[in-house]
Amino acid sequence: MLHIHCPHCGELRSEEEFHAAGQAHIPRPLDPDSCTDVEWGDYMFFRDNPRGIHHELWVHATGCRRYFNVTRNTETYEILETYKIGEQPQVTGKPVVVAKAIEGETV
Amino acid sequence: MSNVNVYSQRPAGTARAESPLFHAELEKLAGRSVSGAGVTLREKKLRGHLILRGDASDRGFTRAVESVLGLELPVALGLTAKGETSLQWLGPDEWLLVVPQGEEYATELNLREAIGDRHISIVNVSGGQTLYELTGPNVRNVLMKSTSYDVHPSNFPVGKAVGTVFAKSQLIIRHTGEDTWELVVRRSFADYIWLWLQDASAEYGLAIAA
Amino acid sequence: MSQVNRLTRGGRIDRSQPLTFTFNGQNYQGFAGDTLASALLANGVDVIGRSFKYSRPRGIVAAGSEEPNAIMQIGSTEATQIPNVRATQQPLYAGLVAASTNGWPSVNNDLMGILGKVGGKMMPPGFYYKTFMYPQNLWLTYEKYIRKAAGLGRVPTEIDPDSYDHMNQHCDVLVVGAGPAGLAAALAAARSGARVILADEQEEFGGSLLDTRELLDGQPAAEWVVKAVAELEATPDVTLLSRATVNGYHDHNFLTIHQRLTDHIGEKAPMGQVRHRVHRVRATRVVLATGAHERPLVYANNDIPGNLVAGAVSTYVRRYGVAPGQKLVLSTNNDYAYRVALDWLEAGRTVVAIADARQNPRGAWVEEARAKGIRVLTSAAVTEARGSTRVTGARVAAIDIKGFRTTSPGEWLSCDVIATSGGYSPVVHLASHLGGRPLWREDIQAFVPGPAPQKRVCAGAVNGVFALGDVLADGFEAGAKAAAEAGLKAVSGEVPRVDQRFEEPSLAFFQVPHEKSTARAPKQFVDLQNDVTAAGIELACREGFESIEHVKRYTALGFGTDQGKLGNINGLAIAARVQNKAIPEVGTTMFRPNYTPVTFGAVAGRHCGHLMEPVRFTALHGWHVKSGALFEDVGQWKRPWYFPKAGEDLHAAVARECKAVREKVGILDASTLGKIDIQGPDAREFLNRVYTNAWTKLEVGKARYGLMCKEDGMVMDDGVTACLADNHFLMTTTTGGAARILEWLELYHQTEWPELKVYFTSVTDHWATMTLSGPESRNLLAELTDINLDKDAFPFMSWKEGTVGGVPARVFRISFTGELSYEINVQADYAMGVWEQLMEAGKKYGLTPYGTETMHVLRAEKGFIIVGQDTDGSVTPQDLGMNWAVSMSKPFSFIGKRGMNRQDCLKADRKQLVGLKPVNPKAVLPEGAQLVFNTQQPIPMTMVGHVTSSYYSASMGFGFALAVVKGGLGKMGQKVYAALRDGTFVEAEIVSSVFYDPKGERQHV
Repeated sequence: MLHIHCPHCGELRSEEEFHAAGQAHIPRPLDPDSCTDVEWGDYMFFRDNPRGIHHELWVHATGCRRYFNVTRNTETYEILETYKIGEQPQVTGKPVVVAKAIEGETV
Repeated sequence: MSNVNVYSQRPAGTARAESPLFHAELEKLAGRSVSGAGVTLREKKLRGHLILRGDASDRGFTRAVESVLGLELPVALGLTAKGETSLQWLGPDEWLLVVPQGEEYATELNLREAIGDRHISIVNVSGGQTLYELTGPNVRNVLMKSTSYDVHPSNFPVGKAVGTVFAKSQLIIRHTGEDTWELVVRRSFADYIWLWLQDASAEYGLAIAA
Repeated sequence: MSQVNRLTRGGRIDRSQPLTFTFNGQNYQGFAGDTLASALLANGVDVIGRSFKYSRPRGIVAAGSEEPNAIMQIGSTEATQIPNVRATQQPLYAGLVAASTNGWPSVNNDLMGILGKVGGKMMPPGFYYKTFMYPQNLWLTYEKYIRKAAGLGRVPTEIDPDSYDHMNQHCDVLVVGAGPAGLAAALAAARSGARVILADEQEEFGGSLLDTRELLDGQPAAEWVVKAVAELEATPDVTLLSRATVNGYHDHNFLTIHQRLTDHIGEKAPMGQVRHRVHRVRATRVVLATGAHERPLVYANNDIPGNLVAGAVSTYVRRYGVAPGQKLVLSTNNDYAYRVALDWLEAGRTVVAIADARQNPRGAWVEEARAKGIRVLTSAAVTEARGSTRVTGARVAAIDIKGFRTTSPGEWLSCDVIATSGGYSPVVHLASHLGGRPLWREDIQAFVPGPAPQKRVCAGAVNGVFALGDVLADGFEAGAKAAAEAGLKAVSGEVPRVDQRFEEPSLAFFQVPHEKSTARAPKQFVDLQNDVTAAGIELACREGFESIEHVKRYTALGFGTDQGKLGNINGLAIAARVQNKAIPEVGTTMFRPNYTPVTFGAVAGRHCGHLMEPVRFTALHGWHVKSGALFEDVGQWKRPWYFPKAGEDLHAAVARECKAVREKVGILDASTLGKIDIQGPDAREFLNRVYTNAWTKLEVGKARYGLMCKEDGMVMDDGVTACLADNHFLMTTTTGGAARILEWLELYHQTEWPELKVYFTSVTDHWATMTLSGPESRNLLAELTDINLDKDAFPFMSWKEGTVGGVPARVFRISFTGELSYEINVQADYAMGVWEQLMEAGKKYGLTPYGTETMHVLRAEKGFIIVGQDTDGSVTPQDLGMNWAVSMSKPFSFIGKRGMNRQDCLKADRKQLVGLKPVNPKAVLPEGAQLVFNTQQPIPMTMVGHVTSSYYSASMGFGFALAVVKGGLGKMGQKVYAALRDGTFVEAEIVSSVFYDPKGERQHV
């Protein structure tokens, strides 16, 4: 069970308090009516599914009811940061190799 | 103020009020003595509950609230109280105000007047939720059976309040005294939580206070 | 039978407390402190079960959770049956009733055993895949046979009388295992001020210290354990969990512990006590001190009862005062196993010989054994055991490991116990649960934990540290490190003094060569629980299964409750030898939770019976119960389904309730509808964006029905929203949609349109809603309210504020039945009083309470949809014929607008909502029935839609249905056929979905 830092409550909470809401940073087109079917279909239906760094939208459903963003490594499930709506991620791009990505890891 | 519909929702006379745990007939159970009860439950029923929304960064707003309530507007996970009135942070722009029974209407009017025409929201939810007060040396064990949130005093000191998962439902846990905790329970879940608490506290002994 | 193998002294058992128990119907006696396994060995019970595939007699081989054979069925009554209990982990209690899991019908006279050899041939490795894949429909038959023969344990068929629960724990440092490393780590962490949990699966803390010959600070090690435990008990915020197996290491340092609180007392927990508890632990740091399992050597007939893992022999002798035999042969590749022979000698038994695979062992343990006169054979090993239900001899031969052959015919030694040690396998299971692969260390011929996304420190044998002094030092260091990493100031511990003995390295040695080839030699078992042999692994490799993952699935190596505790490394080594690879090249399989089996009761915890799921009640529930309502589950809510009178069935009750509403007045508890209070200057604009219809012109005091779509244009929810004031609206949602819709509104407000000034607050539970519906509703309400109910003063689709029965109320004149209706909303605390007044005043009007079934019939007669019943996430407002509820001219492109204009949504032959009127008026179409236009078409027929709602209308006198039909809105009057399961069809006419009062006059009166 993931341990997720809610940027509004300011502390780590169990995954069961949250709902996942899909990929983050997918803004609604400002003028949907001018979108072609292809453009609209892309907004509606197509999402990334990377192995590694992924930005996700979550909501703290049982807590403060705020949506926020999570940068998560889909390979290790490690959460690298959480940040508020409107903010940009600090961690982007390709993931580092698993072994090095884990802080405090001891063999 | 004319832009919202505010009115007194509580009847003036002696109309019968049934709190969410009315059917449990707690007053009858309260008569029974339980020796060495590790947990004592009391429904703090029929209080006035208001949900307050507003911009915490607007000093005018916070000052207005504080002037009406005499309570500081708490920051994240905070709970402030004075007498029977308490104010709890629910979210970055959301607070729960609990006042004695029947005071919610006047309080809302006073708040709206003091806050003026700022964009806020105050919603009376008095009928929709209730408070369970749990007291005793084993309350923490009962909470540990019920929630994945860490209720150790080092993480959950007096004056903290969190919304979290509880059994298979959700509610707010408030730490109000060393061995005293409050649960803010939604009306429709009241019976489920009550059954759950009876079960979870059985091994420690459960007493009921009126 | 007496305890023939019980030593007169020694062990940690209490000889003053004899306990009687039953195994396979026969009575035995053991002592307090025994496990079921030690008691059976004390009684000289050799055969405790039959093997899974070959049905060979099997005995106890180990002393801990790694035991593969002694899997028991426990319980004296049907309700208390517990399958798959390891006898080595089951403490003995008075009256314990155990039976073999394998070996139906009797372990000693096994009918299956006769078939065993045949079965064996029939069931080579890959048996499941080769035999059972085709024909697939025979699998069920085969499975029944195999399960019965293999006896995989039996679940009770009666209700479990015990209770189980869960406890959520949090700590700075969780220490897994309370052997020397774990105790040391816990001491260091506790002394550092950490919140510590120490969990161990055994009855008492101490692990190997409970039976070691070594001294700590010159004292027996068990005394140091007592002191350590006492110190931990006295330290605040230290939680000690014994009989507690850490079974899973999950994401973000979340671990589950299965604690058996009363299994040592009896098969049923004492009154008021919990039998098992699952601790759900979030640990800042974890110290894994899980130790190592001793690895048996693989030789011919190594499964005959009397073959034991060497360390287990010492454990039985020193911890339980049991010597399971008389004459012992030890086969080893390492020094440490020699202690077993010394323990055996001290127990007054005979050590026939020690066969050491190494050429010239000179370690301290070896020399001590030699000094005691024990015969030590070098470059030698037990190559084969002899016996049927008990070992009677061991052949010891000279071996050439590199050449994988025997170099002498060997010598048959008479013995009844063969103790075997092929080295030590660190217990890397937990360290690998998140997918981390263990690393091979050539120097110790073992896998140790590899990198994994776990915040943990490993200590002691699991780390490949085996000498006791080093283990303790490693433990103290790990505990301090973990505490420091958890943010505490670490305090280092004082390591007790241990006399280090000189030990030589062990030798890489797994499968013992036999004079015959592996395929022709007697069976050499690798995985005893799953009957996997060395020959089977060779066969798998020969057939091209090179990856160990494939070998595992082909042979079943490491399957089942065993999870490869004893057999995995040997299996790997054999696969590596056959493929001429190094062990790490062959790789290792994944380890997954749980480490040992967990009872279903423990998994469920208290979430069973009346606490299985939350049940939500309205403020009026008590009245419904008193009035004999039957209830329907709507999400978590209990809603009155119908209120039968004496002798009425559903049909009769609903007909009566419907008639009452159509002709007089009915009352419905509608409190479960979702209700959201919306305030702010931009509330109206927000509604314009989330609803498909327009809200700009809705006046204060008015209400409007709205449809909500998702971005794809499909209907998601509906409900009436009222304008309470210019900046204030009250939205209603479907009962099931309440929480979801609030989250949806917040999603758009928080992520897309934060500039809109609006706040949403759930008031679902605050308001109780009582709906009066029917022609008499106005007259009835008038008796209890101060609101002017005049048709013009209080028209349809408006709301008023006032009192009802003396209680402040908001009354909405909206209708879901098509009749004149008033929805009365009061603060829920006061609802019961108002409801009772309505019922009293309603007597003279024939007021009838009605439930959801009647509500469904009445709304369907009006063609009102239920989102989620008449829609399924693929239906647009246009498909519902509800274009009137869509405003394409709104300036903001509302949610769903672009989606419903996609090419596919504009097609003419989409499934559209229509009414169906069966040609036979008595017919009621089954909901869900598929529809076809042409009944003559051969199967598969072209399905053109399905029935979404279907009822019998008492007021109209015929059955009717709502359905989605391809292009249905353009096919009025045409016929469609509902296909029934029996192959027949029901003919129906496509009609308007509004059956009753199509002009809507009744609700406007």
